[in-house]
Amino acid sequence: MTSAAHAEPSPRQSLGRRLSTFFYRHPWVGVAALLAVPLGWLVGGYFGSLFVLLLASLWDTDPFTSEVVHNYTFDNFRRIFEEDVYREVAWRTIRMAALVTIADAVLAFPIAYYLARIASPRTRNLLVVAVLMPLWVSYLVKAFAWRTILSDSGVVNWALDPFGLSFDGYSSVGLWLVFTYLWLPFMILPLYAGLERIPHSLFEASADLGARSLRTFLRVTFPLAFPALVAGSIFTFSLTLGDYIAPDLITSQQFIGTVIYDQRGTNLPVAAAFTLVPIGVMVMYLLVARRLKAFEAL
Amino acid sequence: MVESRLTRALLRVGTGVILAFIYLPLVLIGLYAFNRSVTQGWPIENYSTKWFSVAYHDEAVRSALWLSVRAALGATAVALVLGTLISLAVSRYHFFGREAISLVVILPIALPGIVTGLALQTTYTTVGIDFGLLTIIIGHATFCIVVVYNNAAARIRRLSGSLEEASYDLGADAWQTFRHVTFPQMRTALLAGALLAFALSFDEVVVTVFTAGAQQTLPIWIFANLFRPVEQPKVNVVALFLIFASIIPVYFAQRLGSGAAGTPRGGR
Amino acid sequence: MSKARWRRLRFAGLAVYVVVALLGATACGSDDDNEGSAGGGTTTGEAAASTEIPGLGSTIDEIKQKAKEEGQVSLVQWAGYAQLTKEFAKETGCKVSTKDGATSDDMISLIGTGQYDGVSASGNASVRLMERGDVAPVNTDLIPNYADVQEGIKNKDYNSKDGQPYGVPHGRGPNVLAWRTDVVKPAPDSWGVIWDPNTPYKGKISIYDDSIFIADAALYLKATKPDLGIDSPYQLNDEQFNASIDLLKGLAPNVGEWWGDYAKQIQSYANKDVVIGTTWPYQVNTLKADKKPVEGVKPKEGTTGWSDTWMIYSKAKHPNCMYLWMNHMISPAAQAAVAESFGEAPVNLKACALTKNKNHCNQFHASDESWWKDIYYWTTPTADCGGKGGTCKTQKDWVNAWTEIRG
Repeated sequence: MTSAAHAEPSPRQSLGRRLSTFFYRHPWVGVAALLAVPLGWLVGGYFGSLFVLLLASLWDTDPFTSEVVHNYTFDNFRRIFEEDVYREVAWRTIRMAALVTIADAVLAFPIAYYLARIASPRTRNLLVVAVLMPLWVSYLVKAFAWRTILSDSGVVNWALDPFGLSFDGYSSVGLWLVFTYLWLPFMILPLYAGLERIPHSLFEASADLGARSLRTFLRVTFPLAFPALVAGSIFTFSLTLGDYIAPDLITSQQFIGTVIYDQRGTNLPVAAAFTLVPIGVMVMYLLVARRLKAFEAL
Repeated sequence: MVESRLTRALLRVGTGVILAFIYLPLVLIGLYAFNRSVTQGWPIENYSTKWFSVAYHDEAVRSALWLSVRAALGATAVALVLGTLISLAVSRYHFFGREAISLVVILPIALPGIVTGLALQTTYTTVGIDFGLLTIIIGHATFCIVVVYNNAAARIRRLSGSLEEASYDLGADAWQTFRHVTFPQMRTALLAGALLAFALSFDEVVVTVFTAGAQQTLPIWIFANLFRPVEQPKVNVVALFLIFASIIPVYFAQRLGSGAAGTPRGGR
Repeated sequence: MSKARWRRLRFAGLAVYVVVALLGATACGSDDDNEGSAGGGTTTGEAAASTEIPGLGSTIDEIKQKAKEEGQVSLVQWAGYAQLTKEFAKETGCKVSTKDGATSDDMISLIGTGQYDGVSASGNASVRLMERGDVAPVNTDLIPNYADVQEGIKNKDYNSKDGQPYGVPHGRGPNVLAWRTDVVKPAPDSWGVIWDPNTPYKGKISIYDDSIFIADAALYLKATKPDLGIDSPYQLNDEQFNASIDLLKGLAPNVGEWWGDYAKQIQSYANKDVVIGTTWPYQVNTLKADKKPVEGVKPKEGTTGWSDTWMIYSKAKHPNCMYLWMNHMISPAAQAAVAESFGEAPVNLKACALTKNKNHCNQFHASDESWWKDIYYWTTPTADCGGKGGTCKTQKDWVNAWTEIRG
């Protein structure tokens, strides 16, 4: 109540009010207060542990007991760079990651486009749920189901048998299929969101200007959806790059993930040194993705 | 619609084919849950529901399930708090390093799980932390933050600041404004983020293998029993159970999250 | 505060954090290091290691009493080793939980986490565990059944140090060549069928995924290339080592499966994804029990094998239950059970009367030492060639070479 006649003293401000005024007047402190704990967790905890991993890559192991010894040496890096096998494994994994990303992009586009632009709202809700559901099925169970499917006595060969064909499922091709399957939802969802964001008027304008479907796709849809595509590719690429479970189920080849996993116990420094490869690759990938505006599409 | 009829028809067919591709293995898993034999051959010879009761009574399965639930709840709680804090800071203030924040937040989920896992495990061993529920939660929370952050930041960005300013003008302090103005508008986005963080943590195995020590979450139990003949049918049953148990939360997450521009990221 | 000052402050904070983390990590790390070698054991040259483990009783009755309070024991084991666990739990009150190790290296890192009470260690793990101080010597007075263990297996270099026993023997057996009898004909009797670069089973071979398999290559070279002068397949000089590596690199493209999980290998044999390979008698037994046409043999060149020991973690949380467990596993009943189910020779010959197959001990040569002459138990390579002079490749060399071989 405000009565101009009474000059009441302003109410004693509570601590909360005083703090909040302080934050309002000094926004820097406000930001710092908000970010202190989360950044402490991420930078301190997470980056800190990455730092320890980097340290571990400089340590040595006892040649007999395999215990980690805190002597600093560049031996592990020398090994990673000099021995051919590490380079071959790295390239093999990066190639696989790229192929999987391309396959997922090709498969995701039609369904994402359909969801975003053609399906009725009710169908859309149902279909999005349908796409999300497999994410709740254990990744391990899915990978193992594929192992059964690809086996010589599995569904694929059972279907090809009448035609006299056979498919060696336990191969790189088989693994590529499995990875493509596993990560497909991670590509569909950002792509769907990205396509949904494109204003309808752009499509109408393109049609008005005389472009047919393919032309519109190449000149309008694809460029506008590209950041979303890159956003989805971050996951398909990174998940393939470091996976150690699916390769072990499907092939007998080594990948970056399996090498690191095998060495983690009694050859930790070498494993730690090798992790710098996927870290380096993903950091570069993220920087490029950021340049391509993928972060806004996440 | 601007797309030609042919295009629409083709897309409809394409969508159907891709959905079939997605669901065929899942149907198989469901069929194997009813497979009487302990060997996973094809075609299935005998069907039976006996494994459902076996799985239900298995103590290892139950305690693994309970551990997974606790870990997911803990990780989601931490991710909610931290994700909300970051999203508030980034959306409402301009400061040096704001663009870098998004890189920092996404890194735990963008770096392959084996890197995160090995880094955390090496740190715990070097510093001397005992493995258990706490280390599992720390690991999961770290990469769940981005899921909450995305949803929350997208929602806040779409809210004009005018309601908050009006709140300040009317004499509310920062906490009151958050409680009565900002938070109610963010609630559904946070809920969607929380549901997806829960899903992410629940199914996580790649990092958890490194942070769980001797404990078994449900995915770790599955990993350990994937090839054991007697345990395998139970694994399929557990997978089938999870599919059906997840329909409701996923549906809700979709309904709530459709208000947020940030798209969900599900289990690994 | 100006932007520039704020920026400098943040960088300073980050730098301080980094330095602190670096110091902290190394400081804590070196504590860990000392802890590792001091726990339970001592470095050579000092007084004999103590069998004392905190909480361990000093008489058998005290152990039984305390075990009831402990209530559980967790073990790292080779698949299928723990037998009669329900009976054990009923009798002692200790519930048994087990974790299968895929390889000896795996077992060493599992024990290193400190979350297990004991391990069934093969020779290529046991010596390293003793050196690391991760296992403690045992007071055999507190283990009544120890008296019945074959004398020839007691106090060997892989289960004792400085005259002190470091565990109780478990059993011994060979790694066998196993094949599907419906695909591989005639029945092989030599490792050559695998090592042959033109093997007809290309892509269907199953090989153990651990660096210790290099010894199997050396073993084959010992028989086929005697001028290399290989004596023990675990102690190899440069020339012998490189020859073994080359042999393995020739094998690698023909391998269909590198196995670490015994159950995965069983499935592969059952589904004919592999038709021949190296395995443990356990898998052969399991496949036979499942009516699959599989057979196993010790080839004429001899083979690698193992002689395993149950050892107690030096900082075990349930030492009393572990002592009772060690006693249990060398009891005639448990020995008979594991010898038959796994397919190995027991170390307590009283078990021979209890096996279902009365001929088991003979078939597995439990007391026939001549049969074991060409079975080379898993051992860790050492730089001093096991004390025989010369320079040999170390465990570290073996582990690093394995990644190269896998390709």
